[in-house]
Amino acid sequence: MNATVENPNWEVSVPAIGHVLQPGVDTSHKVILYLEDISVSFDGFKALNNLTLAIDAGELRCIIGPNGAGKTTMMDVITGKTRPDSGTCFFGQTIDLTRMTEPQIAHAGIGRKFQKPTIFENHTVFENLELAMKTDKRAWTSLFAWLSSEGRDRISDTLKLIRLDHQAERQAGLLSHGQKQWLEIGMLLMQEPQLLLLDEPVAGMTDDETERTGELFKSLAGKHSLVVVEHDMAFIEQLGGKVTVLHEGSVLAEGDLATVQADERVVEVYLGR
Amino acid sequence: MRTPFIIRFLNATPRAGWIALGVFAALTLVVMPALHLLLPESSPFHVSTYVITLSGKIMCYAIVAVAMDLIWGYAGILSLGHGLFFALGGYAFGMYLMREIGTDGSYQSHLPDFMVFLDWKELPWYWAGSDSMLWAILLVLTVPALVAYIFGYFAFRSRIKGVYFSIITQAMTFAAMLFFFRNETGFGGNNGFTDFKRILGHDITSPEMRATLFALSALALMLTLLAGRYLVTSKFGRVLTAIRDAESRVMFIGYNPLHYKLFIWTFSAMLCAIAGALYVPQVGIINPGEMSPANSIEIAIWVAVGGRGTLIGPVIGAGLVNLFKSYFTVAFPEYWLFFLGALFVGVTLWLPEGVTGLWKRLKARRTA
Ligand SMILES: Nc1ncnc2c1ncn2[C@@H]1O[C@H](COP(=O)(O)OP(=O)(O)OP(=O)(O)O)[C@@H](O)[C@H]1O
Ligand SMILES: [Mg+2]
Repeated sequence: MNATVENPNWEVSVPAIGHVLQPGVDTSHKVILYLEDISVSFDGFKALNNLTLAIDAGELRCIIGPNGAGKTTMMDVITGKTRPDSGTCFFGQTIDLTRMTEPQIAHAGIGRKFQKPTIFENHTVFENLELAMKTDKRAWTSLFAWLSSEGRDRISDTLKLIRLDHQAERQAGLLSHGQKQWLEIGMLLMQEPQLLLLDEPVAGMTDDETERTGELFKSLAGKHSLVVVEHDMAFIEQLGGKVTVLHEGSVLAEGDLATVQADERVVEVYLGR
Repeated sequence: MRTPFIIRFLNATPRAGWIALGVFAALTLVVMPALHLLLPESSPFHVSTYVITLSGKIMCYAIVAVAMDLIWGYAGILSLGHGLFFALGGYAFGMYLMREIGTDGSYQSHLPDFMVFLDWKELPWYWAGSDSMLWAILLVLTVPALVAYIFGYFAFRSRIKGVYFSIITQAMTFAAMLFFFRNETGFGGNNGFTDFKRILGHDITSPEMRATLFALSALALMLTLLAGRYLVTSKFGRVLTAIRDAESRVMFIGYNPLHYKLFIWTFSAMLCAIAGALYVPQVGIINPGEMSPANSIEIAIWVAVGGRGTLIGPVIGAGLVNLFKSYFTVAFPEYWLFFLGALFVGVTLWLPEGVTGLWKRLKARRTA
């Protein structure tokens, strides 16, 4: 029998054959991100070496590792900036990220904050958030796009959350380093991604700002999945999730922070030889 | 509730802008044509043919400069091949003007003189229909845009950027120039198209026709500015400047820069083609020289002098440089290119934001 499933989000109805494909990410097996045997080399140097990693839906995962361990490269692979030489990278059960472009991956529901804060310096804070907001992002639509009042409300909610509501009309390039980090986090939230990749999000923040960022991330976990790369151990302790240690392009250890910190190999890597 | 398009359009330009535009419209659409047509040449208020043609020409250049600024100033893509689109528009309309000559050419043939000279018996297939003005306009609007679209699609899809892109555009216009220089390609070789006589049966050198072409150029410039204003104040324009400043960030928030670049690139080429089509009947000739790499570089210099990333800057730049050029090339013709080079170096070093930037700085100092 070929029953059809009506789904309001889809333009066409899809015949239901056994497993029904859902639009968006399928996390029916709990895993939202699955990297297997990923290798990337730059001129013979292996930045990632058979990296295998799985992130559960709703999880808050921290990734640590010495400089050059491959943390940023891993994010480049997930977001389509770098193509792996080998290995697979799945978002949910069905979406093969290695075949997609950066904008397609963003639309699938993955948002990224860069290690070096990258915001649009010549645009206002408000415009930065407007550009990031989840909406139809095709060129033709943008020509005639007009900000709805719901959109305006969403932006002002986010402005309050990142405490930039009094700077909405300020040029983003004039913000302090910590404020830029917050603006970039705000842009990430405007995208409404299911998976957030955050590369050193609290670098350059004051202790107070760091603490508030930690609270924000913890409140996001559950509904969203987060992967946080950090060097700041106090911050990682505050977040309290599972920790993965990366070293020379592969996973060295995994577990809660205390276990990982007690691991001899991890100590050795961090103290150097 | 959705705001009607017309309101958005009106909002895109501040009041002072609308007033300036109104004054410009009154001057170019009424006052100058009237002073040219109605007053006798002896009157001190008579606007001479020289002034009408020169300003008509400069307004065509100004359209090209605005088109260049839309992609260079706002999208960060420096084209050094925009002369090609200008010339293609000129050639498309020029052929219509050739056909309008009819049998009044030196060989009294229905074929354009250069074809008779080559001993061709009939019009090549690609010029079929070129005796119709509507068809010529259609060619002007579509062919350069299509060339730009195809070129842009491959260049932007391969993510060619910066100086590499600029060099390829130079090569593109250079290759086209060599192609148009050849006699057998059907574009009149190095002489190009010239000796025009009529438009729609009316004498092309009559004061009425000159005033009409002048007013049409002014109208095209105003529409270009309005369209540009709408584009850069729309969300499309904000995405465009975001691509200019941080392209990879734009991709990671879900925009595909390809379509944004392709649209503005093709639109810009189309504006150049319209300017070229208006330019050719006013100067009376189009030849492959318009496609020379130096011509395209000159366009970039107008924009740099006027100020990138503003819409009025390129208009001022095109006006200043060309007014100066028309004086300079009479007074010291050999030195023009040296002067142009020096101007470019000078502006790059001391006036990176051009004349409009200088104006802003002076104003800021006065209020400070
Ligand atoms: N595009 C590239 N070309 C050549 N080498 C690269 C490139 N990108 C990264 N690398 C190298 O790959 C290795 C891993 O870099 P990566 O940026 O992923 O490290 P990381 O773990 O993020 O380090 P950090 O903590 O300093 O940010 C480094 O040795 C780096 O020099
Ligand atoms: Mg890094």
